[in-house]
Amino acid sequence: MSGYLVAVLGACLILAFMIELLRRRRLREKYAALWIVVSVVVLAAVALPNVLTWLADELGVTVPLNLVFFGSLLLLLAVAIQLSAEVTSLEREVQTLAEEAALLRHRVEVLETAAGMRTSGRDADEVGPSERSAS
Amino acid sequence: MPRVLVVLPAWNEAASLPAVLAEVRSALPDVGVVVVNDGSSDATSAVARSFGVDVLDLPFNVGVGGAMRAGFRYALAYDYDVVVQVDADGQHDPRDVPRLVAALDGADVVIGARFTDGSAYRVRGPRRWAMRLLAATLSRVSGERLTDTTSGFKASGPRAVRLFAVHYPAEYLGDTVESLVIAARAGLRVTQVGVEMRQRSAGQPSHRPWKAGVYLLRAFLALLIALTRRRIAVPAVEVTA
Repeated sequence: MSGYLVAVLGACLILAFMIELLRRRRLREKYAALWIVVSVVVLAAVALPNVLTWLADELGVTVPLNLVFFGSLLLLLAVAIQLSAEVTSLEREVQTLAEEAALLRHRVEVLETAAGMRTSGRDADEVGPSERSAS
Repeated sequence: MPRVLVVLPAWNEAASLPAVLAEVRSALPDVGVVVVNDGSSDATSAVARSFGVDVLDLPFNVGVGGAMRAGFRYALAYDYDVVVQVDADGQHDPRDVPRLVAALDGADVVIGARFTDGSAYRVRGPRRWAMRLLAATLSRVSGERLTDTTSGFKASGPRAVRLFAVHYPAEYLGDTVESLVIAARAGLRVTQVGVEMRQRSAGQPSHRPWKAGVYLLRAFLALLIALTRRRIAVPAVEVTA
């Protein structure tokens, strides 16, 4: 009975935490949706243990708990892949911005030189990219 | 005469850059020169500026592919017809540039190839096999006989500049192998011209076997994935930077 309680409490906690993060805009909906679905599924499985047993039986899994483990593993794998994809697209966007920044910076230098705001090259007090803390 | 821009992607090349820039200036007095400082932590940018050439300062290191894409965008923004990539480490001879540009008459991309008959450039072991296999595969894709597909010494014509300003790959080896795949599959003609490579003025390429093995694997992964991607057409309208 205590294991049952832990599961219910855990699922409720995750659900509340996710909603709170969403409310504070700390998490975008597209990432939170998955975890909300997970906590709802856990709650459902706890409330109706027979469903899990039935499903495991239908899928040919002898121990219902193994089905839970298998499902969790797949889910975590999917999340990891989704995050890798997100990081990839972020990197691409950052890189494009870096290229644009370099081109705009050059344009500003040309314009400033033409406007007589600087004589030639780089101002002495200007901090180059290398001097800033690199990410 | 087409307007030619020499792009030198440079990452911590302050030591070799003065010699290269001086050579470019004397060999090619009429071309535009832009140094793309790829987030160097040394004086690369200041050295380039002291030669009076244009400099694009990338805020951090993005790799040769990203640096070249910035160069292609610069070329589009300032109406250059032809972009020639020359490495800032001095291994490419600027005196070969007119030959590469001349070959653009019948092609969109011209590679300055190191492994032509009579060339003194030699590589051994897995790296050699990788380069040979890449060359054979890319020859099939492009329909031209290419012997050196990993050369960084390349000239791109107007259509290639338009394509590369948007679609130049920034991944590992993307600037060599994958860019050729993209160009060939976009219907651009890729050819090569034999050039002589020189020793790098600073630094040595690595020849460790395991590194070469990793290089081989990554090169082929990059090639396979590039071949399974869908084709990209040359953008019809010019993109302004």
